[in-house]
Amino acid sequence: MKKKNQNSHTNRYILLGLSVFCALMMVLSSFSDIAAGPFRALANVTVIPLQQGINHVGGWLGDLTDNFSTLQQLQDENRKLKEQVDALTTENNYLQEESYEYERLQELYQLDQNYAEYEKTAAHVIGKDAGNWFSTFTIDKGSMDGIAVDMNVLAGSGLVGIVTETGPTWAKVRTIIDDSTNISGMVLSTSDTCIVSGDLSLMSSGQISFDQMENNDNPVAVGDQIVTSYISDKYLQGILIGSISEVNVDSNNLTRSGYIIPAVDFRNIQEVLVITTTKAELTGEDETGEEQQ
Amino acid sequence: MKSARFRRGAVTVAIVLAAYLLQTAVFPAFEIAGVKPNLMLIVTASFGFMRGPRAGMFVGLASGLLMDTQFGEMIGFYALIYLVTGYVNGLFEQIYFDEDIKLPLFLIAGSDLVYGLVVYFLTFLLRSDFHFLYYLNRIIVPETIYTIVVTLVVYPLLLYINHRLEAEEKRSASKFV
Repeated sequence: MKKKNQNSHTNRYILLGLSVFCALMMVLSSFSDIAAGPFRALANVTVIPLQQGINHVGGWLGDLTDNFSTLQQLQDENRKLKEQVDALTTENNYLQEESYEYERLQELYQLDQNYAEYEKTAAHVIGKDAGNWFSTFTIDKGSMDGIAVDMNVLAGSGLVGIVTETGPTWAKVRTIIDDSTNISGMVLSTSDTCIVSGDLSLMSSGQISFDQMENNDNPVAVGDQIVTSYISDKYLQGILIGSISEVNVDSNNLTRSGYIIPAVDFRNIQEVLVITTTKAELTGEDETGEEQQ
Repeated sequence: MKSARFRRGAVTVAIVLAAYLLQTAVFPAFEIAGVKPNLMLIVTASFGFMRGPRAGMFVGLASGLLMDTQFGEMIGFYALIYLVTGYVNGLFEQIYFDEDIKLPLFLIAGSDLVYGLVVYFLTFLLRSDFHFLYYLNRIIVPETIYTIVVTLVVYPLLLYINHRLEAEEKRSASKFV
């Protein structure tokens, strides 16, 4: 009986010790990056390689469920896609024509900034957030492949998120639908800026919200495209976030708010593109660079 | 005796790693209504009531730290939650019997429910997000139910592994006596 008592005492001390350790790590890691270092190094040799392997199994299972769609559906889809290709080809020709004209005019005005051509590198998603509360994932490229914090991440044509942490062979990406994300966006047609923020309560309906858009005479309608704005200091300008699905005038009559359907399907992201230039590099506002001078 | 202990340690590490890999790389494909089961919690709680508070604490700490390094905002947050979960489940070791599946189910369900509430209070409420009922209906309760369903599959497996290890330990112990 005595031994048992002693044992439970030791257990209590262990609990107390480890809790204090956790608390210290929390405080330390919220102030500096040093605390996370050893753990990251450990994860790098243990779970990351395994994840990279097992991710293929997950992908394969996902493909398996996709295979259940019937031939009829696929034929229908194929026909629709062919129609779309035709429509897009026509549109593309038209746009190319305009693009030539645009280039010509640009030369005329000697404008050399072209935002459309960012250098990108592709990466695989190898792990998703273990819980149900936040929406982050890890990719299989890290600082050894030139990935750095604050790089923008795309899938297809739309914005997925931003790199928030890097290890040697992996990087953590926080998505734009994550509850703690806020982005400065703007309406493509009118250049009105707004704040786009992810929301857990909207995640199931596949939407994100925007607010603080000026309530001026510029018409903003459902279907208008929202891109990242020119005033954001983390996100490059002109990346498609999504299209407006609902817009309302706020009760203060000064601002408008509403919902956006993101351009990316966040349920099945497998490959992403990372833009290897950050906004800080592009605008020359790199703080460390200034300090060196 | 030593080799048996070593084997138990190795098996425990393997189970934690396997659970973590399944949780992050495979379970996202099995999401139902945007919710996936919490396998790490099942493993932590099971080790708690099967092997006592100490085993529960270490398994919990390891699982939590894994989550923190890869997905957490700061190191130690999930580690602390899982640590306490492991300890509290370990306190039930004395009234736990292998044959009875009701207590494990009840404990795991309770742990997941409390886990959900704690995460809500510490991350969302502190950012003054008061849609408690919404999160309860949308995440906490569905996650608990899904976790219970997965427990029915995973728990017998963990129990079987534990039986094998215990039999091994007994054999090697009697050999030395």
